[in-house]
Amino acid sequence: MHIAVLIKQVPDTQEVKIDPEKNTIVRAGVESIVNPFDMNAVEMALELVEKHGGEVSVLTMGPPQAEAALKETLAMGVNRVILISDKKFAAADTLATSYTLATAIEKLSKDTTPVNLVICGKQAVDGDTAQTGPGIATRLNFDQATYVTEVTELVENEKRIVVKRRLAKGVEIVQAQLPALITVEKDINEPRYASLPGLIKAEREEIPSWSADFINADPEQIGFKGSPTWVKRIFTPPPREGGPLFDADDAVKKALDIVFDNKHFREAVLGEESE
Amino acid sequence: MAENTEWKDVLVFIEVSDGKPQEVGWELLGQATRLAGKLGQKVSALIIGDNVKQFAKEAIEYGADTVYVVDDPAYKTYVTRTYNNAFCEVVKKYKPTIVLIGATPLGRDLSGAVGTVLQAGLTADCTGLDIDDKTFKLLSTRPTFGGNIMATIFCQKGQPQMSTVRPKVMKKGNPDPARKGEVIDVSVPVDPKDITVKVLEFIPDKAGAVEIEHAKIIVAGGKGVNSQEGFEQLKKLADLLGGEVAGSRPMVEAGLLPVERQVGQTGKTVVPRVFIAVGISGAIQHLVGMQNSDVIISINNDPNAPIFKVSTVGIVKRWQDALPELISDLEKRVN
Ligand SMILES: Cc1cc2nc3c(=O)[nH]c(=O)nc-3n(C[C@H](O)[C@H](O)[C@H](O)COP(=O)(O)OP(=O)(O)OC[C@H]3O[C@@H](n4cnc5c(N)ncnc54)[C@H](O)[C@@H]3O)c2cc1C
Ligand SMILES: Nc1ncnc2c1ncn2[C@@H]1O[C@H](COP(=O)(O)O)[C@@H](O)[C@H]1O
Repeated sequence: MHIAVLIKQVPDTQEVKIDPEKNTIVRAGVESIVNPFDMNAVEMALELVEKHGGEVSVLTMGPPQAEAALKETLAMGVNRVILISDKKFAAADTLATSYTLATAIEKLSKDTTPVNLVICGKQAVDGDTAQTGPGIATRLNFDQATYVTEVTELVENEKRIVVKRRLAKGVEIVQAQLPALITVEKDINEPRYASLPGLIKAEREEIPSWSADFINADPEQIGFKGSPTWVKRIFTPPPREGGPLFDADDAVKKALDIVFDNKHFREAVLGEESE
Repeated sequence: MAENTEWKDVLVFIEVSDGKPQEVGWELLGQATRLAGKLGQKVSALIIGDNVKQFAKEAIEYGADTVYVVDDPAYKTYVTRTYNNAFCEVVKKYKPTIVLIGATPLGRDLSGAVGTVLQAGLTADCTGLDIDDKTFKLLSTRPTFGGNIMATIFCQKGQPQMSTVRPKVMKKGNPDPARKGEVIDVSVPVDPKDITVKVLEFIPDKAGAVEIEHAKIIVAGGKGVNSQEGFEQLKKLADLLGGEVAGSRPMVEAGLLPVERQVGQTGKTVVPRVFIAVGISGAIQHLVGMQNSDVIISINNDPNAPIFKVSTVGIVKRWQDALPELISDLEKRVN
């Protein structure tokens, strides 16, 4: 069993601000973390190979600094990490990202052993798109299962995987064929801490970096060129106007007087028809 | 009017699950009508499933001029690969310039696959849609970085331009039973080889589990409440108003609230008519899940709590003092 986990280094979102003059996102001084969902993905992969045997490779596409994210997973005990990094990959949207990662997974399968299972996070907390996983599955023509909380069966020789998916109204149990791609929910497991041998390995190991040429990527499909979407403008959401505050003895009464004058409130609470 | 290309009209995907069309489809038909108006083009709808042609009329009432129906028992359950094939067939054949999909779990699963096959620009989870006055391109606005920042995105190249939109963000229009439209059956046979993914079982959430995203009134508690006793009072208030109890993430972590009732970035997005926030500070991750509610009433003893900045009215008191009075006063006014 060869499991590939895709991780993304993201800024700690709470800290991100806009530079009001340049209208760009200020990343300086903002700490980078591994996308929380992806930590659960790494933990799941490690648990699966502990149970079923095999190896875990972790891939990330990003700038050279993303090496730190990979080292974190090496310290957790994964077998192999690969940085996919090239100036030509810059400004990639999800279409270009999924192309690049799918191409890298194909290369990895060829150079080592074929990847049977790809695990992604459900979404990255910086972009929240949740598109990268389905995009990669489609390109590789792998079966896909999103919102996975648990892998209940994994039988390599029968090419079978059974997973639980968290949906809006319940849990779906789904069987798919290997090779497959799953995206996982957050908080489904407790990502393990780094082990001492892991830390030493992470410290010593030279992280391989794969360029666009090395993975034989089509220049038209990567980075800016391969990205149909483009950000026209970023802005801080306009603040909603806060209403009055009441703190005196009659605060509750005053507040209710105001909302009882509001048509949405009357409609919801008194069942009055608006319009 | 937009330039005359092969690609025109605004297509909305009408998701049918559990044999019912999802409301977000109707919400998007309202948006599609507005966008198509700006482009001088028409609105179309796409329905995929088994025994779904019956919903075409409703789609027309909500604004579709043309409804494409892929109706076949093979589409009874959702499988990414088969729905993706059907979806892409329709788009390649009828060439809509804009494709809108509800950002439901199914919609998000499907849109990434469709966008990849069509090599289309896809913007996820939009909260605002518009047409650029000069280029006539779709402008999709979405929150990013956990709601701290808004981004407006357009497609610099390629067709169609795709966006997913969260349910309940757009208001649904009124259906017009007199509207006329065309229904077109599209046959996309399913290759049995494509059905490698099988649903073995569906375990619905336990009975009584509600979907807070459908509640008209929500009474939410936060760390300021942090007690069984407090949540009993919130329940009393919710029952009085016919609403549902919800809360912030720490309350779920404390075991006072089931996770289905968490509001916020990692919980549910809710847009009720009335949201009552008790002992909730108003962290950005919470606000993104509730700030579009029509009326927000907040109780917090800290006058500087950020929740007040999004509130219609604020009561600066401890909940222990304010809630009993609120309940008794409301009892009098409601009955
Ligand atoms: C990636 C990420 C995702 C997150 N997702 C979510 C999410 O989906 N939903 C969510 O809610 N949070 C989420 N959070 C957590 C969020 O950042 C806040 O920590 C959380 O919302 C705070 O909850 P709170 O308002 O209940 O608690 P606090 O921030 O502790 O606020 C408690 C409030 O109660 C008031 N108070 C205290 N005593 C009383 C009293 N007696 N009477 C009245 N008021 C009183 C206080 O003044 C204070 O304002 C997320 C965080 C991260 C990093
Ligand atoms: N640059 C990247 N490198 C590696 N994996 C990524 C990258 N971007 C996204 N992913 C994976 O795709 C998932 C969903 O990301 P997104 O589509 O951006 O919400 C993440 O949780 C990762 O598993």
